[in-house]
Amino acid sequence: MSALLVEVSSISRSYSMRSGMFGRSTAVHAVDGVSLTIPKGDTLGLVGESGSGKSTTGRIVLGLEPPDRGEVRFDGKPMAILGTPAWRAQRARMQMIFQDPLGALDRRLPVATQIREPLDIHGLGASAEREDRVRELLRAVELTPAHGGRYPGALSGGQRQRIVLARALATKPDFLVCDEPVSALDVSIQAQVVNLLCDLQAQLGLTLLFISHDLRVVRQISNVVAVMYLGRIVEVGSADDLFARPEHPYTQALVSASPAPGRRSAGRIVLAGDPPNPAARPQGCAFHPRCPRAIARCASEVPVLSSVGGGRQVACHLVTGPRAETRDAA
Amino acid sequence: MMGRYFAIRIGRAALTIVLVVTFAFVVLRLSGDPALMILGPEAPPEVLAAFRKAWGLDDPIWFQYLDYFSAIVKGELGRSMRDGRPAIDLVLERIPATLALTLPAFVFKVALGIPAGIYAALHRGSAIDRAVMMTAVAGFTVPSFVLALLLVLVFAVQLGWLPSGGQDSWRHAILPIATLSLGGAAVLARFTRSAMLEVLGQPYIRTASAKGVPWRKVVTSHALPNAAIPTVTILGFMVGTLIAGAVVVESVFSWPGVGRLLVVAVANRDLAVVQCILLLVALTMVSSNLIVDFLYGFLDPRLRAKGAHA
Amino acid sequence: MAPLVNIEGLRVAFGGVPVLRGVDLTLGKGEALGLVGESGSGKSVTWLAALGLLPRHAKVSGSVSLDGREILGAPASLLDQIRGGRVAMIFQDPASALNPVLTIRKQLCEALALHRDLSGKTVKAEALRLLNLVGIPDAARRLAAYPHEFSGGQVQRIMIAMALAGNPDLLIADEPTTALDATIQAQILELLSTVRREMGMAMVLISHDLGVVAENCDRVAVMYAGRIVEQAPANQLFADPVHPYAQGLIGALPPLDGPRRRLTAIPGTVPDPAHMPRGCAFAPRCVFAAEPCGLAAPSLAPIADDRAVACIRAEASRRALLGIAAE
Repeated sequence: MSALLVEVSSISRSYSMRSGMFGRSTAVHAVDGVSLTIPKGDTLGLVGESGSGKSTTGRIVLGLEPPDRGEVRFDGKPMAILGTPAWRAQRARMQMIFQDPLGALDRRLPVATQIREPLDIHGLGASAEREDRVRELLRAVELTPAHGGRYPGALSGGQRQRIVLARALATKPDFLVCDEPVSALDVSIQAQVVNLLCDLQAQLGLTLLFISHDLRVVRQISNVVAVMYLGRIVEVGSADDLFARPEHPYTQALVSASPAPGRRSAGRIVLAGDPPNPAARPQGCAFHPRCPRAIARCASEVPVLSSVGGGRQVACHLVTGPRAETRDAA
Repeated sequence: MMGRYFAIRIGRAALTIVLVVTFAFVVLRLSGDPALMILGPEAPPEVLAAFRKAWGLDDPIWFQYLDYFSAIVKGELGRSMRDGRPAIDLVLERIPATLALTLPAFVFKVALGIPAGIYAALHRGSAIDRAVMMTAVAGFTVPSFVLALLLVLVFAVQLGWLPSGGQDSWRHAILPIATLSLGGAAVLARFTRSAMLEVLGQPYIRTASAKGVPWRKVVTSHALPNAAIPTVTILGFMVGTLIAGAVVVESVFSWPGVGRLLVVAVANRDLAVVQCILLLVALTMVSSNLIVDFLYGFLDPRLRAKGAHA
Repeated sequence: MAPLVNIEGLRVAFGGVPVLRGVDLTLGKGEALGLVGESGSGKSVTWLAALGLLPRHAKVSGSVSLDGREILGAPASLLDQIRGGRVAMIFQDPASALNPVLTIRKQLCEALALHRDLSGKTVKAEALRLLNLVGIPDAARRLAAYPHEFSGGQVQRIMIAMALAGNPDLLIADEPTTALDATIQAQILELLSTVRREMGMAMVLISHDLGVVAENCDRVAVMYAGRIVEQAPANQLFADPVHPYAQGLIGALPPLDGPRRRLTAIPGTVPDPAHMPRGCAFAPRCVFAAEPCGLAAPSLAPIADDRAVACIRAEASRRALLGIAAE
């Protein structure tokens, strides 16, 4: 097994949120006891619906937000304290890409200048070398130097996301957190960017945390996928296996809800109820009010994420038994 | 819960008033010696000293401030250093004259500005829209004293239809009211137009049309209630200027209102009167803001419901 | 059977820039038609134009008939009866699709008052029935609530209730689940298919999501750059797409099971409507493009029963087919 680049151990993060302008403030547990590991050069996919805490997890892993509890270790060392030189050195090795490339770019600057910016900030290379590096980065994301002279407004959505990607790669990071990077793009453009990400990862040996609500895209790009529901991980497994044979009732519903061409909606699991509210998390298993298979125990006892063999971990009282055929092997 | 909402608002309003009063006090004390201003530089030193003693001007400044402040809390707003009458009386007797200008002007602003803004928004890009916008920009950018002088030049000097100043008959009020109305109507028209355009571009307007609601009704029952929310802000501001929004216009037209009293009192360092007017202005501003906040709650269920939920 | 809606040569231009460049489409009674395509392909504009819901500066030409009666450019009074009465529409962003300052009751009853001969108590009873039908819990109390007090999924249910108020023959659902989470999307799609079945209503489902369309529609039309490029029964289209763009769209969709393969991305981007390429609009991105593709735009022509494609390669193979048949 290759060395772990990112180790997240039981991080939690809650916010106090006021319900309305004059409400009492309530604690919202955005992330609750999440543990993850990402080996060097791997991609971990994080899926979940709104309110699942997947984006907060991404921000904590990047050190943009401190966890209330728990720890994030990067390349064997704990995250440096925000703002220190050690932190800046660490930050240059990790970058982030968001859903909205237009919001991430400055409309008033040519995109080449923006790709160059991290090089200037971190003082990487002489001036002429930086120019070369910008051209190299533009080529890496399959754009031409001519694109570099344009402004964000003159580029298409897919091209803008490539620029954001080029900028993120400028400091030669080891680790990239991608939060819904292709969700705003049309299908054909989405495929271009997904292919590009896969290629770059292979070329540069990048480690990725890929956050998305889109099961298909996550599966396409990830080695291992974790499914989050209301701040907790409910299932982890290898990308190929997880969606083919989901064990957790929530994962099963998610897979079933993902429409597929050539399949009529026969036997679809349609969950009742609204998407969960992180400010009012149910007792016991957070999923139990919507779970078609819930038993009495689910309402009182929080299920623990535990291995069921075959590299699969599930947090569900009903999936206790190890998968028979794989238990001994694992 | 709404109670707490308003308690916070009222607390903030009170704080605003305290700050205004303090600011006025500091600025006025620092800008010159009232004794010298009122008695003149040739006054003998003992007269000046007596004047200062009589008005408490030789006390330490923080003592004067506390003294002044406690008096305000008790409702005593001091006396004019000029003629010794209570400052509040001087101010109150000028208010009707000011309102005689600002109230009709307010009505005209609303009656002109809002319909013009709505019409312009509904006929965006039309000749009338462009005309309304050009007028609005002109009314917006031309300072009121320039507009006032222009009106005087045309209607008083050239045509001789109306008097150029004074307060002898209703005809004297026409030009000042017109000056006040035109500028305000322009601001209001611009504001209403942009609020209306914003609302007309919202998806729920398309939903209403897709339901088969006739366009007239889409405008009146779907667009207007939403456009009213931002418009109320600017209306609230206009209500806030009813008392002292006519300083320039009153000066140009020699209209004996609160505004002119303020100009004269500032020039004379008549501290009590200036402070009294400032307090009054702060009070009207702050209370109109409170009314706006209350109206928001009435117009926008999103704010109201937040109160009810908590 | 006479079609419910027949669209012929529908063109739309904004400020001289064509966004819809000749759309022909028919829709049978009770049929579920899917309309897929990327943003800017004109799938929403087609129906907004048909119902006269585009801004005034849009230039619309062509013909749209409902039950044989021309409605394009019809007087406002007739359109107001059709909109919400014969043809209802729901939109993508539930959060802003309802008027924030009016209660659900007011907005629902408004639709009922416009299209149904109901009065007083019966209006409220019918509003309640509709809310129950679309699965709003505690409907009687919730009638007095405002849109922001509902979740996104619930607002979309209310939109559906409002659309059903006029007993329409056709529901146009414009990306109805795009803004919703996966499990809520499944709920809304199920609700749509239930009400459609029960009311015998035709539906046009506009979506960028091939899966959504495949599962919920009988027939699918693929749009590209303001034109329909392929039209086929849903199962045939996804099993055997003919137009290179339809093939590309399906190839670009990552599979959810089976072996992972590299996605077949369509190179390049959608052409700028102000600078359309001559000939086939897809040619610059098409791996099969040949010289004739740049000369004239291929027309949508049938290649089999109920299938039509706008591609010269399909035309060539069709001619070959016809040649064989003639012998």
